[in-house]
Formats: sequence, C-alpha cells, structure tokens
Amino acid sequence: MPDIDILLFVVFPYVAVVLAVIGTLYRYFRNQFSFTSLSSQFLENDIQFWGSTLWHYGIIPTLVIHVMGFTIPKVMELMHSTPETLYLAELAGKVFGIMALVGAGALFYRRVASSKVRMVTTPVDWVILVLLFFQVFLGMWIAFGYRWGATWFIHTVTPWVVSLATFQPAPQYVASLPLIPKLHFLNATLLIAIFPFGRLVHMVSFPVEYLWRRFQLVIWTRRKVV
Amino acid sequence: MKIRSQVSMVFHLDKCIGCHTCSIACKNIWTDRQGAEYMWWNNVETKPGVGFPTQWEDQEKYKGGWELKNGKPQLKLQNRVEALGNLFSNPALPTMDDYYEPWTYKYGDLFNSPLGDDQPTARPISRIDGQPIEIESGPNWDDDLGGSNVYAANDPLLENMSDEEKRRLFSIEQLFYFYMPRICNHCLNAGCVAACPSGAIYKRAEDGIVLINQDKCRGWRMCVSACPYKKTYYNWSTGKSEKCILCYPRLETGQAPACFHSCVGRIRYLGVLLYDADQIEAAVKVSDEQLVQRQREMILDPFDPQVIAAAKESGIPDGVITAAQRSPVYRYVKEWELALPLHPEFRTLPMLFYVPPLLPVLSVAQDGGTQRVENDLFSSLENARVPVRYMSRMLSAGNDELVIKAYQKMIAVRIYKRAETVGDVTSDEATAALAKAGMSAEEAEAIYQLTSLPNYQERFVIPPYGREGDIEEVYDPQQRKAETGFGRRQSPHRGL
Repeated sequence: MPDIDILLFVVFPYVAVVLAVIGTLYRYFRNQFSFTSLSSQFLENDIQFWGSTLWHYGIIPTLVIHVMGFTIPKVMELMHSTPETLYLAELAGKVFGIMALVGAGALFYRRVASSKVRMVTTPVDWVILVLLFFQVFLGMWIAFGYRWGATWFIHTVTPWVVSLATFQPAPQYVASLPLIPKLHFLNATLLIAIFPFGRLVHMVSFPVEYLWRRFQLVIWTRRKVV
Repeated sequence: MKIRSQVSMVFHLDKCIGCHTCSIACKNIWTDRQGAEYMWWNNVETKPGVGFPTQWEDQEKYKGGWELKNGKPQLKLQNRVEALGNLFSNPALPTMDDYYEPWTYKYGDLFNSPLGDDQPTARPISRIDGQPIEIESGPNWDDDLGGSNVYAANDPLLENMSDEEKRRLFSIEQLFYFYMPRICNHCLNAGCVAACPSGAIYKRAEDGIVLINQDKCRGWRMCVSACPYKKTYYNWSTGKSEKCILCYPRLETGQAPACFHSCVGRIRYLGVLLYDADQIEAAVKVSDEQLVQRQREMILDPFDPQVIAAAKESGIPDGVITAAQRSPVYRYVKEWELALPLHPEFRTLPMLFYVPPLLPVLSVAQDGGTQRVENDLFSSLENARVPVRYMSRMLSAGNDELVIKAYQKMIAVRIYKRAETVGDVTSDEATAALAKAGMSAEEAEAIYQLTSLPNYQERFVIPPYGREGDIEEVYDPQQRKAETGFGRRQSPHRGL
C-alpha cells in the first residue's frame, strides 16, 4: 500500500470528519448567529428559483441514495438485482445528477451576472460553489463513463466507508479505482472538511420540527413566580 | 381562562399630520444599517395609495395572513409540508423591487470633480452594489397622492367600489386623502410566528411583543411572506429577518417607543390590554363581519374582580393590572369602541387599533365666508369624502356598521363640544346628537379629553416591567448595574 493512498483515503477522511464535527459544534455554540441559509433570493428571484430548486431537488435525493449505499448496502443490492431495476436506478441517478448540475450552473451564473448578488458573495461562497459544481460534474462523469455504478459502488466504496467508520481502514477497496472516481472521493472529502467554514452548515438546520411544532410560540422571560 | 397582557396601541388617524417624524425616529435608532436600509419598521402611507411595499394589502399577490379552509384557519402561504418544500425558493417572497432599491448620492463628486464648464452633480448610487441607478420608486413615493393616477389608482381597496365612489375620491377639486402610519401589529395569532420553519419568532408572554430570535433565525424567509402587513423584513446583508421590536429596551426602562415619543400630532396611545388567550382559536374562526366584535370580546375588563383574580392566577403582576385599568387603549377599543383593527380579515388578531379619520364636508366657501352645508351634521356622513365602505374595507372587514358607529360618536363629540365652547349649536342639538350616537355627556367629555388634551402619562401607560426581579434570579442586580455596557459585542456579520 503506497503511502499516498493511506494519506488520501485514510488520513484525509479522518481529518475531514473530525474537522467537520468539531468545527460545526464549535461554530454552533460560539456563533449561532452565523447559522443561516444566507439566501439572496430577495436580491434576485428569477434565476434563483430555477437554480436553487433544481439544485436542491437534485442533490438531496442523490445524497440520500449515497448514504443508503453506505448504510444499507444489502437492501440497495436487492433493489438492483434485476436488469430493470438496475436500469431504473441508473436513470434516476442521472436525472437527479443532471438536475443538480444544471442548478449549480445556474446558481454560478447568477452570482457572476448579478452585481447585487455578488455583493453578498464571500470568497468561501465561491470555493464551495466551485467544489460542489466540480463534485456533481465528476459524479456525472462517473455515471456516464463508468456505468453500473449502482452495483460496483457497493463492492468498493461501501466497504471502504464502512472500514473507516469501524476504525479498520481498508483503502485498498478504492485505491485501485480509476482517477475520476478517486477525484470524486477526494473532492467529497474536501467538501466535508470545509463544511463548518462556510454556508454548508445550513444543512444541519433543516427545520424538520416545523412538521409538528405548535403554530404560536409564547415565551416567558421568567416562568410564574410562586 | 388564560389571561395574558398585551402592550397594545391606538393610532388616532384624525390627528395624524403625515410628517413622518415617527419613521425617522425609528430609522435613526434601528434600521440605519447595511442590509436594513430599505426597511421601515414604521412607515406612514397616504391612503388611498399603494402603500409599502407596493400593494401590500393584496394577499392574492403576497399570500399573507390566514384564510378559513373548511372552517379552520390556515396560513394562506403554506401548510407544514409545503413550508419545507419551498425552503429553497419561497414562491411568494417579495423582492427588493416590491420595496425599493435604497440609494445614496456620490457627494464626494461635488468636491473632487476637476474644474470644468459644468457644475458637478452628485449622482444617485445604489446602496447595495454602489452602481449608479435610476431612482424609480421610494418608500414614500405616492406621498400626499403624488402621481395619484398612477399610484393611488392601484390601491387594492378600491376594487369593488362604484365609479361614483371613485370619482368622489379622485375628482381634483375635492381630492381627498388621509395618512396611515403603520408599525408591527404584534398580533395574537401572528402569521410570521406560525410560518417560521425554525420557530425563531415568538411572542413575549409578559407584554406580547413579537420578536425574532436572531440566533435561531435561519433565513428561510417565510415570515416575510406570511405577515399580511409586510412588517417582517429580510436583511439581505446578515441573512436574517428583522422586525419592529416596539422599542422594548425603551419600554423596559419606562419610556415610550421612539415613534410614539416623537409623534408630533400626538396621535399615538400605548397601554396594556388583558385578553383571554384561550379564545384566540375561536376568535379567528368566525365570519368576516363578526371578527372585530369577537376580538373585542376577547379583551377583558380590567376592573372586573373575576378578571383580576384570573389575571393574578395567570401570573400577571399587580402593577400590570393597575396599568391595564389606566390604559388609554382599553378606553378607545373596548369602552368607547372608537378604535378598530387594521384588516381584521387577515385573521392575525392585530393589537394595533386605528381611530378612523373623520372627514365630513361640514362647510363650503361662499361669499368670502364659510357656510355650513347641513343643519343635521350626521347627514354629512353619507356625503363624506371618503366613502364609509373604503374605511370598512380597511378597518372592519367590510362591516360598515362598526365604522358608522365610531363616526357617529366622533361627530357627536364635536357637536357637543361646539355647543359648549362656540355656541353656534344649541344644547338641544347636542343632546340629540349624543342620543343618536348612544352616549352620555360624560363619555363625550372623556373622549374629548383623551383625544385633544392628553398628557404624556395619559397617552403612554407603560406597565412596570420589573426587569430587576427577573435579573435577580440569575444575576446579582448590583453587579449587573455595575457591569452593564461592558463586555464583548458581536457585530451582525454575514455568515462566518
């Protein structure tokens, strides 16, 4: 096992995850004010609708499918067991991927084109946007260039991620893959590493509790003093 | 009975002179910052007019407030699932174009321009991106009916009015308008609170002020759409929403909010109302015409021993109950029924009430003097320059009766005082007027006193906040007193 593989597929992921977890917690407790979606819809609405909607509705299912591949590989394998379902999985992945890619492209264009939106764009925003676009681009390259990823994913990426999660790192599962998938993994790791340093933290504030919370909130500074 | 206290407000439109001092007082204190330049937590609109943001009253466009679906109140904007689905792009979000693009001028050019044949000018530039802009609208663009055929003609309230009524409003010789100052209504059934996916907006139980927790706000922007009055604003710089805080730091130290304090016409009244929180749900379910009456019923008599006992049971301090008994708002809203909520049909139970402006044609110029038009001053109500229907669409969800009743009282007060001080009206006429309005001479006198001659303490009855008591539980008050103002302050920066 060359050192470089250990560095990229063992050390780097661990560093990235530690950075993401500690960084996000630290930021949440020290500077909760900075947790926001940083929406710029108020300044530019037309491209925002297409860009943001396509991006989010493309990337969220994609992410969920990836995570399912890590966590319930048996179920996923069963779902791909016939040619029809495998074909369907490939198709769904490509549709979501293209949605995300077009969305990210539109959002990128919007930040370049609108001088108002540029005013609320920080250097980290650019870095994240470029990395995200690159990530989806690589993902689509894999989808079209290295087909049937739904099956080989489960025998390469899943064992690698599981090995890292169980602290028995086995980089050999991915070390022999072609360059493009490897770049995809590294870019993903990089995105995890910079998670706490930009706007990505809005992901952890997805307000799922809105589905059941009381509509009217009334808060006492001090509960009744008896 | 679950009794809560609400710091409530009355704006007496008859007294508003449209000077915008309130807006400036507010702006100077709270919104003169990057990202907030376009916000007017307090603004003064000319009515008829489109208001700010443009046509905010049109909920087909902005989706604010509640509507009854199968007899149950539901946010017009979204149900719970839709809220999460629309996080990424809020379909009903007003954009900067609906307000206006804030600008300043390149004043430096006046001094730094090279010597030339032309006088240097200070060009307007955007306060967002610094680019030169063509100023196309502003926060008060149709003030005093400026450009009324373009702006006031688009007033959403004019829909369904007859041509005759419109003609009366806009014919140039009898052009008519009045001012409507607006701040956050600090509603009991607030749309913004209900729409916030993060649960960052809340009502303070002690005084009913609706606030946005800046730490919990995640910038999902649903509050901006869901507030039918468009009184929550999105700060484009910090990525958080902001709104009127009723100057709570001032209230907690016994001062009236800045807009109240600075009001030149002294049109503003502030005081506590006690209400039954258990009735909120029922009060927003009734039909449009009953909304105001139902809201009045929720407001409880602070002199009633049963109410006082229940209020104490609900944890309301004695000082607040005493303040409620002295509240000028209680007198206007409940006792005299002169003040009405703005657009009750939005079903948010707004706690800011308006006394409608009285604009009768009383006399006309004739032969170098003035001549009274009618002997019976009440008939002037039908000929009023602002149709009653316009006012009722604004202040009583279309219930003309309530507006007429308030007007009759106001007219009766005028006749009564005129008989007393000017003497060109007989006391019989005054008695008849009072009888028609269904009020006593004492009540007329009280309305006159509180309308025309109130002092600061009568206009603003601020309840004791007892903050020292709250502080005591977590902090030594002496230490707090010594340390307040020292420490580190975090400025509201965008993101990291």
